[in-house]
This record gives sequence, structure tokens and C-alpha cells, in this order.
Amino acid sequence: MTIAEIQDQIIEEMSAHEDWFDRYEALITLGREFGAPDDSLRRDEYRISGCQSAVWLTAEMRDGRLRLRADSDSQITRGMLALLLRVFDDQPPGKVADAELYFLDAIGLRSNLSPSRANGLGTIVRAIRETARRHTG
Amino acid sequence: MNTTWKDDTVTLARSVNAVRFDAEKARADFPALHQDVHGQRLVYLDSAASTQKPQVVIDTLSEFYSRQYSNVHRGVHHLSQIATDLYEGARSTVRSFLNARHDEEIVFVRGTTEAINLVAQTFGRSEIGPGDEVIVSEMEHHANIVPWQMICQEKGAQLRVIPIDANGDLQLDHFEEMITPRTKIVAVTHVSNALGTVNPVREIIRIAHAYNVPVLLDGAQSSQHLPIDVQELDCDFFTLSGHKIYGPTGIGVLYGKRELLERMPPYQGGGDMILSVTFEKTTYNEIPYKFEAGTPNIAGAIGLAAALKYFRGFDIDALVAHEKELLDYATGRLEDIDALRMIGTARERASSLSFTLCAVHPHDIGTILDKQGIAIRAGHHCAQPVMQKFGIPATARASFAMYNTREDVDRLVEGIKQVLEVFT
Repeated sequence: MTIAEIQDQIIEEMSAHEDWFDRYEALITLGREFGAPDDSLRRDEYRISGCQSAVWLTAEMRDGRLRLRADSDSQITRGMLALLLRVFDDQPPGKVADAELYFLDAIGLRSNLSPSRANGLGTIVRAIRETARRHTG
Repeated sequence: MNTTWKDDTVTLARSVNAVRFDAEKARADFPALHQDVHGQRLVYLDSAASTQKPQVVIDTLSEFYSRQYSNVHRGVHHLSQIATDLYEGARSTVRSFLNARHDEEIVFVRGTTEAINLVAQTFGRSEIGPGDEVIVSEMEHHANIVPWQMICQEKGAQLRVIPIDANGDLQLDHFEEMITPRTKIVAVTHVSNALGTVNPVREIIRIAHAYNVPVLLDGAQSSQHLPIDVQELDCDFFTLSGHKIYGPTGIGVLYGKRELLERMPPYQGGGDMILSVTFEKTTYNEIPYKFEAGTPNIAGAIGLAAALKYFRGFDIDALVAHEKELLDYATGRLEDIDALRMIGTARERASSLSFTLCAVHPHDIGTILDKQGIAIRAGHHCAQPVMQKFGIPATARASFAMYNTREDVDRLVEGIKQVLEVFT
């Protein structure tokens, strides 16, 4: 699926949750299902600075596609990482670098993108895009 | 209203004839509190980070910029005289608020952070040498650690740290032994921003003064919750941040005893801090102007004076009693929540209440509370050594001010229950 197709799919899924409580519940469930905390990932060298909750991110190229791994100590952030990785993982790096990211807006998580937000989703998105750009150069 | 400013304890035994604080009436003075956030009435529990502003402060700033504004000092024209009178009048208001002896002991700065940096960079630069020591405590805000670390590093001096115990009280048993002939200053917080601990500062000052060591009190979290009398405390420096005591941002106060301020070299160079300048030699101005280079935050100082006058319009004992009662009520209600762990259970506390909630990250607590219109702070509160002490990365912190009520506490408790529900 393309990045846009995945985003549309997420928007459709999340629109089933009408109020903020359900939406966050869904996000937290996603965070929980995102996998057990990964100690090989939770290392200082992988930590994204600028996020108040700890966020770790690694990227590598496999068969011309960007492969991402991420983790956080915040359950809500893990839920967001689950969504972000669903969109960006296993995509060509050029697409990741240039893709328009609109699903966060559409599912009402835009406020989490603002730089002042503790979860610093914007910082994570920037870090993913920068990594993608490095691999396209 | 009768105002008692002599007693600095939060002991409330003498409340026989106490005036009851009317928090609802105070609330009405703060326009920002009367709005909905995410469809619910805002519950503002982040006053330790910054307080909301009463209408009188907003009006004072508006009036100043609308009709009284000009630069201060040396102006010969009408508006400059008005602005200068207001600015210097603000200094007198601060002096009276702190009960300092002299107006010139009041230096306007940007806030507590700048006040401490000023002392570290001037007193520190001239008085601290290689092998000397500076004492701080383990519960300090980074603003009362890093400036001292910087000057110690520069001078080859040592930073020594008064430890805290598991409750968040200072361990003062060994404090006296920590003072050596090399100790140049003790810099401690009056009230901890992360734990709410009220420190026994009189005891600290008494011990330090027995060895002729000056004491700086970081009053960022005390000036808005306790009566402050710098003569009675006998502290050598006291700092406060205007925005935490219902005043504007970007204005704060350094109080220093006159003889100390006079001894200290200037802070920054520029206009207003000089008497005469030639390329060969500059003569510095008197205190406090020696420390106020450049056009000061005139509006900020005037706004701060309005805030202090507003604050002093209340009976301080009644205000302290109200905030203490609220803190006790909140503590009791939060302790009833099984999953909740209080961080900081010191003997005496003011305003702030830190906690964690089993496995829920404090930022997630903050996010879910925000969705319910409840504003708290989550993070390390610029006190990472405190977090290390308690073995946690962060806490959620609710902090109270004069305008908070039991209803706010009840909303917080309901909000936390929602957090637990959404996470299970």
C-alpha cells in the first residue's frame, strides 16, 4: 500500500471512535500491542533528543526500503509510534521524505505535533524524515 | 483588610480570630480561569509553573502602555517622569513587600534564574576562588545548580550538596559539618518546586551565619505562598519571579543586603549602569542601577507592583490557611487512590503535589487530564537530581494558588480516575 492509502485506512479506522476518550483508549491499546519494551532499542545512542518522554528510533535500509524500529516509555507515544510506523515503515525512503502527512490532523492528534507538546511527535516525524533523506541522497 | 506580615511559619494554630479566605471571590478577579477547555470548565493546577493574572495587573499594563509609557531615568519630559516615578515606585512596593531596609537593595531582573546567575557571576566571580566551596541542596531547581556549577568550574571550586531523605526533607544533621573555612555561600530553595517541601531556612541561615557564610534563598516558590520578611529571615539574598506571584513574565527581583551588593562588581555593562564613561575608564553607578544595564523591563516592574499590591490586599494568614487546607484536602483524596504514589511527603509543604500513577507515564497522565480541561505539569520540573533520588524519570505535578478550590481538587481526582480507566 502507498503512504496515502495507509493514512486513509487509519483515518477510517479511527473515525469509528467518536469521542476523545475512545480515541485515546484506541491509541493506548495500539501502544500496548506495539510489542514488548525492547532493551536493544532503549539505548542512549538511539534516543531522540527534544522529546520529554523518552523516544528511541532506529532506521536501516533493506531491499531499497526504509525499515524503522521505535519505542517510548509513554504508552500514548507508543500508540502514535505504532501509527507512524504503519505509515512510514517498509516504504521507499524518497516517499517517506516527501510524503504529505495528513492523518494526524484528520484523527484529531494534531495538537501533539506542536513543538511545545511534551510528546514531541513533531520531533519524531522530523527524525524519521531526516533519516529517510539521508538514505535517498 | 488586616495584613500580618511578621510570621513566616505555616503553623496555623493561631487561627482563632482568623479571617476566612474567599477563594471564589479571588477567582472572579482572574479572567483566564473563566473559560472552557475541551468543553469543560478549566481547572488550572499549574500555578507553580506560572500563575494566572488578576484583572488589575492586566489593566495596569494596558494603562501604562496606553497613557503613561516612556523610557525611564534621565528623561526631561512629562511621560518620562511619570514612567520613572512608576518604575521607582514599583521598587518601593517590592521593598515593602519583602520588608527590606532600603529601596536600593531591590534589583529588577528577568526572574529568579537571572537573579541567581547575577549573584553567581558577580559575588561568585569576586569572592570564590580555587578550592572554595558552594553549598546547594539536592532538591534545587536547575536554576540554583547550574549557575553555581558554571562559576565553580571556572574558578576551580567545589559544589557541595545537602542531601534529602526519602520524604523529601533536607537532611540537615550534617549540614554544619559541611561548612568549612572554604565555604563562600549557601544557596538553597525556600520551597521546592518539585516536592513542595518548605525548608527550615531560619535554621540554615542561623547555622551558616555562625560561620559568617552568606545565604541565598530561592524564593520562586515561596513568595506567593508564605509571608516573606527578609530582615526577619536575615537572608543575604532573596530571589523571586514576578510571573509566579500573579505578575507579568520577564520580571523578577533580586534582594541583596546593601553591603553585599555594594561589594559586588557589576553584572552586565551598558547604559544606566554607569556614572561616566571614557575609553580609558568607566565609573559605575550606585546600586541598584549598577546591576540594571540597559532599558529595564519597565512595564514588567509596574505590573509586578500591581500584582504585589493585589496580593497584599488579602489577609496573608487566611490565604496561607486556605492553600494549606487545600493541599491537605488534595493529599488526603489522592492518597485514597491505590495506584497513586506521592512523591514528596515532607513535614511541611506548600502548594505543589507530585505523584506517579503505577505504570502510566506522567506525560500520559497530563495528556488525558488536559482532555478533561485540567491543567497540570508533567516532567522532571527542572529538578533532575530530585527525580534521580526517587528513581523516576518524571512526575505529574498539581500545584495550587489562591484561586483554587475544593471543587478543583474533586475534578482532579475524577480526572485521575478517568486516566486509570483509559489505561486499563
